[in-house]
Amino acid sequence: MQAALGARLVPFAGYEMPVQFVGLMAEHHAVRTACGVFDVSHMGEVIVEGAEALAGLQWLVTNDVSKLVDGKALYTVMCVASGGIVDDLIIYRESASRYFICVNASRRHDDVAHMKRELGRFACTVTDVSDEWGQLAIQGPNADDVIASMTTAEVRDMAPFTWLDATVGGAPVRIARTGYTGEPGFEVYVRPRDAESFWNALMKAGEPHGLAPCGLGARDTLRLEMKYALYGNDIDLEHSPLEAGLGWVVKLDKGDFQGRAALVRQKEQGVARKLVGFTMRDRGIPRQGYIIRHDGKDVGVVTSGTHSPSLNEPIGVGYVPAELATIGSTFDVVIRDRAVPAVVAKTPFYRRDER
Amino acid sequence: MSLPKELKYTKDHEWLKLAGDVGTIGITKYAGEQLGDVVFVELPKVGTKVKAGATFGTVESVKAVSDLFAPVTGEVVEVNEALTKAPEIVNSDPYGAGWMVKLKLASAADADGLLSADAYQALVG
Repeated sequence: MQAALGARLVPFAGYEMPVQFVGLMAEHHAVRTACGVFDVSHMGEVIVEGAEALAGLQWLVTNDVSKLVDGKALYTVMCVASGGIVDDLIIYRESASRYFICVNASRRHDDVAHMKRELGRFACTVTDVSDEWGQLAIQGPNADDVIASMTTAEVRDMAPFTWLDATVGGAPVRIARTGYTGEPGFEVYVRPRDAESFWNALMKAGEPHGLAPCGLGARDTLRLEMKYALYGNDIDLEHSPLEAGLGWVVKLDKGDFQGRAALVRQKEQGVARKLVGFTMRDRGIPRQGYIIRHDGKDVGVVTSGTHSPSLNEPIGVGYVPAELATIGSTFDVVIRDRAVPAVVAKTPFYRRDER
Repeated sequence: MSLPKELKYTKDHEWLKLAGDVGTIGITKYAGEQLGDVVFVELPKVGTKVKAGATFGTVESVKAVSDLFAPVTGEVVEVNEALTKAPEIVNSDPYGAGWMVKLKLASAADADGLLSADAYQALVG
């Protein structure tokens, strides 16, 4: 299907993924100015269900799942005892005893094993339903027009982090007001048997609104301009949500949860390193793995970096010592043996209202 | 894809245009397409000596970093400064305004070992 559209496919976490269709830059701008669609069917889905599903999830994740009501969704992470991040997730409440959870493809198998281990003492089941769902992200200022033209559901009125089941383009789908680009839009879960017809209906409905099929390259630049974390780059088992700037999803006062003791300790003592966004003060593009140097010492590492298509300048994120984590602080990024000065920037790098 | 017949090519997707003992070097249209939109080009200073097969610079797209390999041995006599401000020319005019450096060849015979347009075409399919 995508190969027919001229997509360039690369293997990713065991899946054949489209990296780009017409070109990363054009796709990126389409999402910022009109709308784009990403096939993110590789994402995993897990159902946690049972009388103690809520109690189990409260133990499993850092955010407060008791705040969820039916039809709402919650962004969170789950940690190991050290406070390191197992994965970041979106939890959708179907009912008080049934939750639909979206996980990263690269983490799916580890996540399910971790969930089964941590939830073993609760009266609930963990079921990997990833193969029963595809997912398309429709993102951009015109996304509402496209989806609204395909359904009778009141999708325009959907608030952030709400979801509903609806018939869209003739297909029964689960539609969520979520995204990974900083633009308005939806993430639509679709059954594999409906995927092709839904895709075709979407392409047709999207044409008058400038809908562009987009690859994972543009997905990465769009999320990085927002400083949204990418698991495996910016967050991992070696870093806690407090270090990663995800303190807002850590609710230390909700009761005990896996990793809480370590996170309480970190909070009391203050974290030693923090994930910051930065821009370059001289020519050079920061990339994942490049060393961050300060006063001649290697003090950190770039976790993601690119040339920002919206800002037309290089941007990066990386872990630095806490004392260098304030806006305006300077350090060097080592680019091919050259120390290039960088400065900690306000994030998100890109703001819709400032364009 | 139509490749300029008068140029010589490398398997690393550079091209060379010889005029006397000075060779102009760039990357092929195919290379630009594989990289995607070029956003950064890093080139050596005039006077730098480069060896055939060695890295003489870097070209980056939004997604990827790629080394530039010298097709021949020589000394840099001119650098395309326009690419600093407008690296996208590498994509739009790879065999013209998108040239990167000019080298004074140590030995003009070096160029004989490079690929013809037909041979390079066969390589990239």
